[in-house]
Amino acid sequence: MMTDLNRLTIAEARDALRRGEVTSIELTEACLVAIEAAGALNAFAHHTPDLARTQARAADDRIRAGDAPAMCGIPLGIKDLFCTKGVPSQAASRILEGFKPEYESTVTQNLFDAGAVMLGKLNMDEFAMGSSNETSCYGNAVNPWRRGNDAAALTPGGSSGGSASAVAADLCLAATGTDTGGSIRQPAAFVGITGIKPTYGRCSRWGIVAFASSLDQAGPMTKSVRDAAIMLETMCGHDPKDSTSAEIPVPDFEAMLTGDIRGKVIGIPKEYRMDGMPSEIERLWADGTAMLRDAGAEIRDISLPHTKYALPTYYVIAPAEASSNLARYDGVRYGHRAKLAQGDGITEMYEKTRAEGFGHEVQRRVMVGTYVLSAGFYDAYYNRARKVRALIKRDFEEVFDQGIDAILTPATPSAAFALGEMTDADPVQMYLNDVFTVTVNLAGLPGIAVPAGQDGQGLPLGLQLIGRPWDEGDLLNTAYALEQAAGFVAKPSKWW
Amino acid sequence: MSIDLETAAKVAKLARIRVDAEALPALAQEFNTILGFIEQLSEVDVEGIEPMTSVTPMRLKRRADVVTDGDRQAKVLSNAPDAREGFFAVPKVVE
Repeated sequence: MMTDLNRLTIAEARDALRRGEVTSIELTEACLVAIEAAGALNAFAHHTPDLARTQARAADDRIRAGDAPAMCGIPLGIKDLFCTKGVPSQAASRILEGFKPEYESTVTQNLFDAGAVMLGKLNMDEFAMGSSNETSCYGNAVNPWRRGNDAAALTPGGSSGGSASAVAADLCLAATGTDTGGSIRQPAAFVGITGIKPTYGRCSRWGIVAFASSLDQAGPMTKSVRDAAIMLETMCGHDPKDSTSAEIPVPDFEAMLTGDIRGKVIGIPKEYRMDGMPSEIERLWADGTAMLRDAGAEIRDISLPHTKYALPTYYVIAPAEASSNLARYDGVRYGHRAKLAQGDGITEMYEKTRAEGFGHEVQRRVMVGTYVLSAGFYDAYYNRARKVRALIKRDFEEVFDQGIDAILTPATPSAAFALGEMTDADPVQMYLNDVFTVTVNLAGLPGIAVPAGQDGQGLPLGLQLIGRPWDEGDLLNTAYALEQAAGFVAKPSKWW
Repeated sequence: MSIDLETAAKVAKLARIRVDAEALPALAQEFNTILGFIEQLSEVDVEGIEPMTSVTPMRLKRRADVVTDGDRQAKVLSNAPDAREGFFAVPKVVE
């Protein structure tokens, strides 16, 4: 039997499963042991070992019968934002305490139909609102990486912090994430793994707890670009239950990974060179540019003039949509209901339930959203933001029309910071984490974070590639070329 | 534009989130920080720009107006904090 089965990539495990060198139940047990020993990371919020073993045995039967899709028998972690039938799905919020969906999200259903195994539900920021996994009702997820010998606990990023931590620490072979403003790409960069947010409409949003419906997309968080290609292909596809789901064929993404990017045109946007950017990020970006040039791509300076307005636009649109989406949590149909005092009516029930059930950041965003949508401010804030959003999208369309195939940027403005470090900062400081990623959600484009280097303290740093709409295959291939050139193989030393 | 305590209280009421009076000053301060950040948008020239309504250019799909699902009362009610006689139960709404 092979050792350290939990450390395998999806591609390695798939090939070993098909050759009969390993079984899904062996892979699954190895992950369950790793999860059991990793309580200090707080990556898994709900454990489903019995379900995992049942799914693994079924997968082994399929593999033996010769019916083995690529994801068959692969043990995964699933972000708590996905509704999973009969399994707690609470978006890391107290307000969904005890909620067990009677249905399965389309993305998890697609994965299960392909034979994938669910190990449990992963920690995250409450309702995916956060960049450090510190707004979770389960407590902080912890980054398996540390600054040299410093034992200070670092954030795995957010909102898909549990997914990032679990994949980086080899508690699962891969995980699902979701990304509204950077929630796959920023945590992937903070823990040295790959994460792709596909084009808006690639993955069905059905059964994923909604945050901001015009921005939310699901995507895989994996140990390699090849794994991202394999898992994304299984996750996406048209779904009549999501009216924005695209009826576009899903190509064989893995087959497009040739590593040949000769003649591709890579844009370097000057507006992403922010004041006060750490020199290490600056250097990483320059190194990544050189790698793509050496691989035969043409590098071109480009301009995306409305970049600086992306974050303020996002912090109108996302809270506005959230305030509307989260109106459903009223203590009537599911989840938490506050204990009422004598004489309390239905308004008190709503107000007390939402005050008890929503954490501070969620309350703040719901109220900001309520304000920008309220009578008298709708035009000044919400409509103006939607117009600026149109301009941000147009910036991208113009550079793509000029022949740019993909855009290279840093994934994050810094390496992972310490948990608690931002507690006293104002909320806008935390929002700046998404400065390089949020434009991509506003424009509905695919974006991928690839680990490309380490900072002076040994922490991973990621680069982001942004692609044309629906061109994930080409984007993944460029990311594959970057991954090969960067040769990032570092792993966190096990302290947990 | 600055949010005063009265506006903060009004927003909390509209959002149906109970906020204690002593928490209002801090909340108003946070609103002001965030709205100050958002204020940058006023410097963008949006003359003649249509507000974005669809992320990808698409026409929403239509389907036949027929019943596609149903008869799931027990499942619909299974997560309710209070369900009685096949209904969601809430405190008295009308005096």
